[in-house]
Amino acid sequence: MKSFTKIRSKIIPLPHTDVDTDQIIPARYLKVIDKNGLAEGLFDSWRRLPDGSPNPDFPLNQDDYQDAQILLSGDNFGCGSSREHAPWALMGWGIRAVISTSFADIFRNNALKNGLLPLVVDEATQTSLFDLTAEAPNATLEIDLVSQILTLPDGTQIKFEIDTFSKTCMLEGIDQLGYLLKHDEQISAFEEMRNA
Amino acid sequence: MNPKTLYQKVWESHIVSESDDAPSILYIDLHLIHEVTSPQAFSGLREKGLKVRRPERTIAAMDHSTPTISLNFDTADDMAIAQLEQITKNCADFGITLFDAGSKERGIVHVIGPEQGFTQPGKTIVCGDSHTSTHGAFGALAFGIGTSEVEHVLATQSLLQSKSKTYEVRFEGVLPFGVTAKDMILALIAKIGIGGGTGHVFEFSGDAVKALDMDGRMTLCNMSIEAGARAGMIAPDETTFAYLKGRTHAPKGDAWDAAVEKWKQLPSDEGAVYDKTVTINVSKLEPMVTYGTNPEMGIAISETIPSLGNKSEAEQASLSKALNYMDLSADSPLKDHPIDVVFIGSCTNSRMSDLRAAASILKGRKVAEGMRLLVVPGSETIRKEAEAEGIDEIVRNAGGEWRFAGCSMCLAMNGDELEPGQYAVSTSNRNFEGRQGKGGRTILASPLTAAASAITGKVTDPRELMK
Repeated sequence: MKSFTKIRSKIIPLPHTDVDTDQIIPARYLKVIDKNGLAEGLFDSWRRLPDGSPNPDFPLNQDDYQDAQILLSGDNFGCGSSREHAPWALMGWGIRAVISTSFADIFRNNALKNGLLPLVVDEATQTSLFDLTAEAPNATLEIDLVSQILTLPDGTQIKFEIDTFSKTCMLEGIDQLGYLLKHDEQISAFEEMRNA
Repeated sequence: MNPKTLYQKVWESHIVSESDDAPSILYIDLHLIHEVTSPQAFSGLREKGLKVRRPERTIAAMDHSTPTISLNFDTADDMAIAQLEQITKNCADFGITLFDAGSKERGIVHVIGPEQGFTQPGKTIVCGDSHTSTHGAFGALAFGIGTSEVEHVLATQSLLQSKSKTYEVRFEGVLPFGVTAKDMILALIAKIGIGGGTGHVFEFSGDAVKALDMDGRMTLCNMSIEAGARAGMIAPDETTFAYLKGRTHAPKGDAWDAAVEKWKQLPSDEGAVYDKTVTINVSKLEPMVTYGTNPEMGIAISETIPSLGNKSEAEQASLSKALNYMDLSADSPLKDHPIDVVFIGSCTNSRMSDLRAAASILKGRKVAEGMRLLVVPGSETIRKEAEAEGIDEIVRNAGGEWRFAGCSMCLAMNGDELEPGQYAVSTSNRNFEGRQGKGGRTILASPLTAAASAITGKVTDPRELMK
């Protein structure tokens, strides 16, 4: 997994609530057997017009945001399907953090296992960030995972929460599977206890 | 001792280890996999030189990208074929049972698990698929996981999990004529919203749940995820045991009696406390239909689409966006709106009782002119049982297409899809934009409502066609 310590980036505004994983990456892109090329399908139906040409109104197609790493969304981001292709597609495009007031459980789990930070803010912060993107599209945010602090352009600092285990894995870029494998003896003991 | 909920009992009996600095390690009894969300997990195992810890605890299906026109998948596109070849190789290399093209019992993973008796009360069950919640109908703790977690389970038969909160959903009363389990779950989601269950595991209880057969209970639990819940569970009872008895992989003889005794300990204790509770009286429920682009946007068939007024800015924006996509108007009825396609199938509603319900309306009638009706059984076992009852003939005589088992138009990965702009009444679980084909518009409903709408060519209250 790609490690995450600190990023500074512009903010891509996606002012929709309940962005589902079918929008993040439609099923027609799920026929791959690896994790490559999924960025092509990211927000496909919103990003492209019916004739397949880029939708100029969609932020991912705008010059301002080509290097942006932070996506700002409405409530309940990532609802729907369990497809891990959703964080793979976001990461493949270059997104490292999604900011919302809430995330669907499976998406959140998947994101954290791939070095994509699901960052929860309160409604007031979310609104002020959307206002900021409208007023100053080039404004940047800093996300520091070590201190768990989000810094706004005016210097305002906002503390965000993340569980200690996920934080350690993200900071060090460790695959969580390693932790499970270290518990092989306990797993065997559990299996023996159940078979007894 | 503190009274415990069904969820707490299953959770606690599967804890391998707990720690203050990490989520709990939860042992997984049954792991279901399919061709779309598993290939990268096996690649991970190979890269790390790992083997599958307990291959006998994983069962594989081919269902998402498989054509439903023929049994041998000869119309599959190249990418789908590559995926099917990959799961075949992965299962052969790692010793996993695969319900492949040649299997007489193949079908949708969430249909064959219960049907073959793999799904049992008290088990922990996971699959790289959000509708794994279906298996909770048996009193199992069953939930969807991502592909990284599929790899974790393959390698360690365990998962890192944090305990969920509990949410009791009580359905009281008696279901009226023409109203089904699908209408119950759509009514719940309309009430609490698609994020209403986030962080929670539902336990469905009450007289109306006890009265459901296992097919109906599976429909209910299947769509728990559409309210954001991690899982949905129903306490096992005599209905559960009667369904499982004699199934291929259910315990036999003395082992059966012992299992039933154990399963009878699972229901929530008297006085167990839930973090949240909601009660819905089903006696006044009507057939439900969705008008928008997520499952909470549902109304009773006699109601009108909500007004844009009296809503927060965000809610207004969300509703306008949905209605714009659906090309529907606020404050208008959805009933009698013309439709193009009816899809009866998916892990939500493709079992025998669903097909029988649809057939009861289709029998002796013809679909409306220009209507495309697609009926896709959940498994090959169901297909053959339905054919023995003549349901295939009823569908064909009505002018519908009778297909082989698979996920089909629920997520439109296999060639069965809507054309841009088409309206479908669908018995599946998601009405997200483009879910059933780019530009397609989905109206979720029960098999009864779907069949009735196929006959009239417009969104129809099935009770008008039922005698």
